[in-house]
Amino acid sequence: MPRFTRALLATSAVALLATACTGTSNAPQASDDATKDVTITFWHGWSAPGEVAAINANIKAFEAKHPNIHVKVVGNINDDKIKQALRAGGANAPDVVSSFTTDNVGTFCQSNVFADLKPFLDKSGVDLDKTFPKALQDYTQFEGKRCTLPLLNDAYGLYYNKDAFKAAGITTPPKTLSEFDADAKLLTKVKGDSYSQLGFMPNFHGYESTTTHFAAQWNPAYFTADGKSNLVADPAFAKMLTWQKNLVTELGGFAKLEKYRATFGDEWGAKNPFHTGQVAMAIDGEWRLGMAKDAGVKFDIGVAPFPVPDDQADSYGKGYLSGTIIGIASTSQKQNAAWELVKYMTTDTDAVVSFANAIHNVPSTLDALKSPKLDADLNFRTFLEIAQHPKSSTTPASPNGGAYQLTLQDFGFAYESGKVTDLAGGLAKTDQQIDKDLAQVK
Amino acid sequence: MVSAGLRQKRRREAVRNVAFLSPWLIGVSVFFLYPLISTVYFSFMRYDGFTPPTWTGLKNWQYVFTDYPFFWPALRNTLWLVVVMVSLRVVFGLGIGLLITKVKTGAGFFRTAFYLPYLAPPVAATMAFAFLLNPGTGPVNNILGSLGLPQPGWFNDPQWSKPALTMLALWGIGDLMVIFMASLLDVPKEQYEAASLDGAGPWQRFRFVTLPNISPIVLFAVVTGVIQTMQYYTQPLVAGKVASGVIGGSGQQFEPGYPDKSTLTLPQLVYHLGFQRFDTGGACVIALVLFVLAMVFTAFLMRRGSGFLATND
Repeated sequence: MPRFTRALLATSAVALLATACTGTSNAPQASDDATKDVTITFWHGWSAPGEVAAINANIKAFEAKHPNIHVKVVGNINDDKIKQALRAGGANAPDVVSSFTTDNVGTFCQSNVFADLKPFLDKSGVDLDKTFPKALQDYTQFEGKRCTLPLLNDAYGLYYNKDAFKAAGITTPPKTLSEFDADAKLLTKVKGDSYSQLGFMPNFHGYESTTTHFAAQWNPAYFTADGKSNLVADPAFAKMLTWQKNLVTELGGFAKLEKYRATFGDEWGAKNPFHTGQVAMAIDGEWRLGMAKDAGVKFDIGVAPFPVPDDQADSYGKGYLSGTIIGIASTSQKQNAAWELVKYMTTDTDAVVSFANAIHNVPSTLDALKSPKLDADLNFRTFLEIAQHPKSSTTPASPNGGAYQLTLQDFGFAYESGKVTDLAGGLAKTDQQIDKDLAQVK
Repeated sequence: MVSAGLRQKRRREAVRNVAFLSPWLIGVSVFFLYPLISTVYFSFMRYDGFTPPTWTGLKNWQYVFTDYPFFWPALRNTLWLVVVMVSLRVVFGLGIGLLITKVKTGAGFFRTAFYLPYLAPPVAATMAFAFLLNPGTGPVNNILGSLGLPQPGWFNDPQWSKPALTMLALWGIGDLMVIFMASLLDVPKEQYEAASLDGAGPWQRFRFVTLPNISPIVLFAVVTGVIQTMQYYTQPLVAGKVASGVIGGSGQQFEPGYPDKSTLTLPQLVYHLGFQRFDTGGACVIALVLFVLAMVFTAFLMRRGSGFLATND
């Protein structure tokens, strides 16, 4: 055999081997018997001792109701690990998976890595419209394919330091952005070339002060009906960026604020700048209440919906929504048993309420939101109202996860710092970049 | 005309040779050729790791080179680090090695003091540096401020982030210092004595005695340094994450290469595309770029280095 032919054959063989060795998701039919004794594996991301205790209590309650289904719980799992495990499959791969972010729902659904839950929902007679709020239904499906369900909900609102408000002579939390800007300036105390107290940290690296969290107050449309990026066409984005940039300037400028931001402690630790009084107001999720309490914050904390644009004052009460999602691995051989766990955790009112109370999250079902067993704390109730507000919104699922949010945020960094001054041109370029990134994964 | 017996003997010898070579052949095939061919193959495919790969031709290559906004900043950063960080590490490692070989008392202490940082886990060391160099609260800027000197933004400033990473790399110079010390102690003393008798000063002794003797070690340090820097991942990633304060969550995207893409390196992009965006094809393109760059740099250095070695022989 000529040498060239041999080399060609060898190369082809290796290429074929390469193809054969790639993992593909052949979704098994859900044919397992969920009434028989079975052990399923559940992966979640919670790691704080209190949260782990809460999820374990939830699982224990499930096992008490389903004595034949045993759950092996694996915690502290992030999305990167989930993706790798589901790619690899195998005996140790999870059957049920939860993720803190809704960003990857598009990828999970489109690639069939999570099983389609519609047959399970139909089988159990779960009416989505009667069970989950609309926004939560939206962020757990992609292009009509439901591969995840909401497992608790996060709502974002305005936290404010009541003592600082009192000292500044502010009697009520701001409802519009012009009131908010005025309060932020009033609460800001300059010290040398820095601050002893900042009214609000508007910079996009300021923890939850992100482009998407702010933009929700304008109810933007991120994509057109045919899936193209819509940043320049929807005036919401330009208005949001203009407002934010103006506030950056009014509070001392980007460089000064960045220098001050570098003095902030860890967002998730006791030294969060809101806890320490370095900022008097912050945009944050409902979990901050529990964290502030654990950190032993000395001042009175006030909570309100984040202010809305002046021309949308009638929609005050809305905010950005997100949440934890849960799904069944399409490679699982125990999907019926896995569904029992998913159904219990996402639709059983007592399970949802007790878990929400334990980890200070907003419950994710309509019944749980009305439950008298819910945490009665007034501040927490504010988040329940934000979660149920008809104009509250979230970021849509996309085939490449949160890539479009990263691109928008990247432009936000450039615009707030003054590196880019042409807002319309910058948004148009950002649109183009998002479309190119989307084309790459299609 | 070769007899049948001779042919059989040659075949037996060939089989025996292949059998002796088989551990190497299997190792190279499984751990080098197969991954390399797979990487080339997937660079022309759309593959998310879940669904079967589909042929896309040059689409991944075009995306990475023309449309992926992180590629060129990462390539520039990688080249900057290869040129500046590797050079400084070699010079600093050699300098420290030279100093310690001259120390009469307490050499053991200095050897340990300079070697210990190399043993620190990269994540812990980077976090410690991010704390020390925090522009707002870090002790380094506090000292600089009290002396009336400018206070850089370090890991928070795109102009200073790579110099800060270089400082971190110089702090962990222990590996090169030990190698250089061993080679410096190996230089024959007679050559120094002869040079001194000929009237050579310290610089001439270094230039014409020390350097020729340790040139293979210098070349080794440069080549391995370049290859290591091509794979530079942990330190810039941790520095960027710690300095940005953003860990990433829903609606809160972690910015690769904070600040302003200045700490992006090519291996970070392989992870970003392949494991976060499910774009295995794009990740394979970047992996191949890294492979080619490492080959080109190594070939160039070996070629230049062989001349360097030859002139010093």
